[in-house]
Amino acid sequence: MDFKDERIIAATPDMVWAHLLDPAVLKECVPGCQSLTGSVEDGFEAVVVQRVGPVKATFTGTVLLSNIDAPKSLTISGKGEGGVAGFARGGADVTLQGEGASTRLSYVVNAQIGGKLAQLGSRIIDSFVSKMADQFFESFQAQVEGAPAADAKTPGATPGFWQSLINMFKKILR
Amino acid sequence: MSEGIGARVLRKEDKRFITGKGRYTDDIIEANQAYAAFVRSPHAHARIVSVDASAALAMEGVETVLMGPELVADGIGNIICGWGVTSKDGSPMNMGAWSALATEKVRYVGDAVAIVVADSKALAKSAAEAVVVEYEELPVVVGSVEALAEGAPQLHENAPGNLIFDWEIGDLAPTDAALASAAHVTEMDITNNRLAPNPMEPRSAIATFNEAEDHYTLYTTSQNPHVARLVLSAFYNVAPEHKLRVIAPDVGGGFGSKIYIYPEEIACLWAAMKCGRSVKWTSDRTEAFLTDAHGRDHVSTAKIGFDKDGKIVGLKVNTKANLGAYMSLFSSAVPTYLYATLLSGQYDIANIYCDVQAVYTNTVPVDAYRGAGRPEACYLIERLMETAAREMGVDPAALRAKNFVKSFPHQTPVIMAYDSGDFDANLKQAQEAADVAGFAARKAEAASRGKLRGLGYSNYIEACGIAPSAAVGSLGAGVGLWESAEVRVNPVGTIEILTGSHSHGQGHETTFAQIVAERFDLPTENIQIVHGDTDKVQFGMGTYGSRSGAVGMSAIVKAMDKVEAKVKKIAAHVLEAGEDDIVIEGGAVKVAGTDKQMLWHEVGLAAYTAHNIPEGMEPGLKESAFYDPTNFTFPAGCYICEVEVDPETGVTEVVQFVASDDFGTIINPMIVEGQVHGGIAQGIGQAMLENVVYDEMGQQLSASYMDYTMPRADDLPNYSVHHASTVCPGNPLGMKGCGEAGAIGSPPAVINAITDAIGNNNLAMPATPAAVWAALQDVQSKIAAE
Repeated sequence: MDFKDERIIAATPDMVWAHLLDPAVLKECVPGCQSLTGSVEDGFEAVVVQRVGPVKATFTGTVLLSNIDAPKSLTISGKGEGGVAGFARGGADVTLQGEGASTRLSYVVNAQIGGKLAQLGSRIIDSFVSKMADQFFESFQAQVEGAPAADAKTPGATPGFWQSLINMFKKILR
Repeated sequence: MSEGIGARVLRKEDKRFITGKGRYTDDIIEANQAYAAFVRSPHAHARIVSVDASAALAMEGVETVLMGPELVADGIGNIICGWGVTSKDGSPMNMGAWSALATEKVRYVGDAVAIVVADSKALAKSAAEAVVVEYEELPVVVGSVEALAEGAPQLHENAPGNLIFDWEIGDLAPTDAALASAAHVTEMDITNNRLAPNPMEPRSAIATFNEAEDHYTLYTTSQNPHVARLVLSAFYNVAPEHKLRVIAPDVGGGFGSKIYIYPEEIACLWAAMKCGRSVKWTSDRTEAFLTDAHGRDHVSTAKIGFDKDGKIVGLKVNTKANLGAYMSLFSSAVPTYLYATLLSGQYDIANIYCDVQAVYTNTVPVDAYRGAGRPEACYLIERLMETAAREMGVDPAALRAKNFVKSFPHQTPVIMAYDSGDFDANLKQAQEAADVAGFAARKAEAASRGKLRGLGYSNYIEACGIAPSAAVGSLGAGVGLWESAEVRVNPVGTIEILTGSHSHGQGHETTFAQIVAERFDLPTENIQIVHGDTDKVQFGMGTYGSRSGAVGMSAIVKAMDKVEAKVKKIAAHVLEAGEDDIVIEGGAVKVAGTDKQMLWHEVGLAAYTAHNIPEGMEPGLKESAFYDPTNFTFPAGCYICEVEVDPETGVTEVVQFVASDDFGTIINPMIVEGQVHGGIAQGIGQAMLENVVYDEMGQQLSASYMDYTMPRADDLPNYSVHHASTVCPGNPLGMKGCGEAGAIGSPPAVINAITDAIGNNNLAMPATPAAVWAALQDVQSKIAAE
């Protein structure tokens, strides 16, 4: 399953790029991330707690940045073992394109889920993966825009709307 | 006589079932019992790099965590398939090793890696989650066609190309010649979808080891506890037979899935010995989807040829059978001797050839599921017949009738010798009950409401009552398929029937009592049926293949013959009459034509006091018999299904379903109707709703009722069930078996009806609204293009 989306971030591609490579930002953006250690070059070790449908699991795994073409594109990939809950792995191909003072960030997310998580059925998993992707980039946008240009809001991607959608998903999934 | 053969006696067992007083395996509580949970592979194919159970073992209340290498070191044997099938080239089948707990590799999602034993079920599950298994993932293959392709991932070293066997039946050259000379040939690709059995009660086991007596007891959800004991002792080396008692108490449905001996029962027995506590495991529903043997999963191509008069000249079939990651107990017999031997259907076909490739894939093992091979054969031949009739522009019923076998016995070219039947009578009875003559008017009326109405036939025949031991032995079976019975008349005249058959929904406690009531003219309340305990019943082959009537009851009849003879001897002695003059009726044993009689219980008492019995006669009144059938039995019938399709949505409603069955002698029509109802419900489930789905990684996406659609009451019509019977000449009661017929005969009737409605023969099961809608669009776009 692939999910595509894009969003306009009120910052230059260089600024967006710098945030993408910042472990502290990544930690804030990966939903449910408890810890993230490592470096861009060697990859990161991550611990993520997530609840998918009725299954709550702690995933331990790795996050790697690859295909780095600064400041235009990269691939973020991760895989995690969640014990009996199963495993998850996935990635996002991210492309940045300058549009005036802003950046168009496009991404294609794919994910593979195995074990108990997969047995929940694609209805739950698909919505979970798209939710995770949305949440990641939503948080990322807030991180980028929140720092130097907190007032720069992007039309069409109101945080309030996204937050309410995420909250809705959370309710559904609980 | 009101409770004898043919009476609608209410089920004796329902008193406890419907009041919640049934005693199932999970209801059994042993002193100081512990609970097991299994660590299962989340990967469909992987090498086990390491297992770290230290965190689980450190949890308070965790008894032990046991793994495959230790199991193997303790001498526990691999799980086997008990029916050897030989390939075309004479080579034996390639059976890969299946350890109850994986040792080096896991081969399907759900494959057991470790058993965790703890003080509570919740703790066992938590501890199982704490076991860390490191896997090295391997490439995965889930479909039989893909598994046979060059370069496919390999599951077992001793099964090159994932091929288990390449088997054939019939004569190739004459069949090819017949098809070449045919005036019309119909060719189809036919898939039989994979199903999960879904008995209401999930599998369960509780194992106890008595160290002082060196003796094991296993309560388990089994359809055949003696076979379980035999296999557990002779092949899995858990315990010798005389040191292992297997009890299958009330069992809530099986449909085949509880025939087999699974890793969990073996592991529980072994763990009970290792930790000195009773160990209980009960599957949850998703675990059942992941570990209960699935059914069907055939991919076939088939050709049938007709001469210019519409007579069948030849049938050629190739089938690829997906057997999953390991060979389950009877998995090899299902797509061979229980399938291709029925491809002649109800028809007189001179030339048949079928070859079958059985294949390993990274999926749950596949074995017998209600019908076991015969639904696949019936679906194939009945889809071909209906489609051929449409292609030739002839009435599908008339085409069938023209080709019916009309004289018996009839030897088919594929082993089976049909012993009896009247296929015309079933067809006629079903057509009248379905008002086929009025179909055109109903179709027109449906059209006025914007609905497409279709009618489909299925004229099924199946082979059950399995089976003559020498015959199945010559075909590779590792067991004999007779049945045993013991009739114990107590000193007070009440009767216990010990049977090797096992009841898990069939109503044996009622129907078996009815044949005893008939023979000795006693009320059924005086008769108790005892089954399911290897300490009580000497041996038995269990219940599957609709065999408990034709084989199990026949054994009871044979034992009753002996009891009757002894009763008559005792009565003749006491009453000073000739044995030939003694009759049993009205609760008494009488000298015919006189007023001299002994009450039934007086005969029992005489036998046990032994004060006045014929000289040289042994005291007591208990006889046993082993009955080996002389042939398969051949239930047959005609099913007619009518559907209405909403062309806007593809939503299909089964609006009428008529069954005319030939089951031979019927003991209890109410129970037989119940069997037919349940079978048709499962058949409609297969045809329209049920499907096990794997993704390309071998993840089972349909492992819960969120995604696996079971038929519900509102998916099903009111059935119209009828009987047109011929007596089976092969057993003393003339019975044929009714347990699987509904599931065998119904799927093609449903699909033939839907394809009739939508005008497109190319439709696979399950015919979901999306599939039906797509098939409709397909045919409409073709019409538009023309």
